Amino acid sequence: MGKVKNLDDLRKLRDELKTKTSLRDKSENAENMIQIKVAMATCCIASGSRETMNYIADELDKRNIEAIVTQTGCMGYCYAEPTVEIKLPGKEPIIFGYVNEKKADEIIEKYIKSGELVEGIIPVNYKNIEETK
Amino acid sequence: MKEISMHILDIVQNSIRANANLIEIEIKEDTKSENNYTLVIKDNGTGILPENLKKVNDPFFTTENKKTGLGLSLLEQNAKMTGGFLKIISEIGIGTMVTATFCHDHIDRQPLGDFALTLGNLIRANPKIDFIYLHSLNEKNFKIDTRQIKMEIGDIEISNNKIISFLKEMIRENIQELRM
Repeated sequence: MGKVKNLDDLRKLRDELKTKTSLRDKSENAENMIQIKVAMATCCIASGSRETMNYIADELDKRNIEAIVTQTGCMGYCYAEPTVEIKLPGKEPIIFGYVNEKKADEIIEKYIKSGELVEGIIPVNYKNIEETK
Repeated sequence: MKEISMHILDIVQNSIRANANLIEIEIKEDTKSENNYTLVIKDNGTGILPENLKKVNDPFFTTENKKTGLGLSLLEQNAKMTGGFLKIISEIGIGTMVTATFCHDHIDRQPLGDFALTLGNLIRANPKIDFIYLHSLNEKNFKIDTRQIKMEIGDIEISNNKIISFLKEMIRENIQELRM
């Protein structure tokens, strides 16, 4: 087996990034950024939300789209997992259901890049599991 | 859950909701003497009330709205399927420690799975929380501590995608190295 990555390699990466990256703390400018929250509770993880979150973060980076990608607890739409909430600057957040990698790709290309709504939106008047109790 | 790393991701959500800012994930593999695969998740969160501690393993028990309350009971079920067990210790104001022990070579023991993906996502989504990951296989071991990572990268955010990709690769390589 070749050399495994270690802290020396991390330092080299740090030096490379320092020459390229804006060091602005995203959290200071959150309101003006695209905010993406991936639900990450038991039903979400079992349905693939881990892979969905990873795909979204990697693809946004590849496509040079700056966004804050975080996780949230169960949003209550367990029947439609993985669910992702997307808030574009100046707009109300929208929750998408059944977000696998293919759907995530469509959401990035159409909704995030162009504001074009795609199928799979969970309407605000749909009940979550708490409301159905 | 089909992988232990998915259970880890799930259980750590409890630590995050308990406002922990330091979460330790330890995986201890002993194939020589005890034949155990032990997972320990320890946090410095608010802790669990004693009256709830008796019930947290129960399916559908939750103190949170909109949660199904299956995470710990699923983990316990999977540990028991291999002849193992789940133990939870908690103290209010100090934190909680969840230990799941599996029989290492039992046919029903789930694989670890893509733990790099799990830890990468946790670090990315929770940049202000520190994670310590310790993995040992008999005498060999390695450790990742995000406090040390943050010191090394300085002003660069730990949630930077290149940093996360690097950390994921480092985890995968080190896990592979353990098994050689």
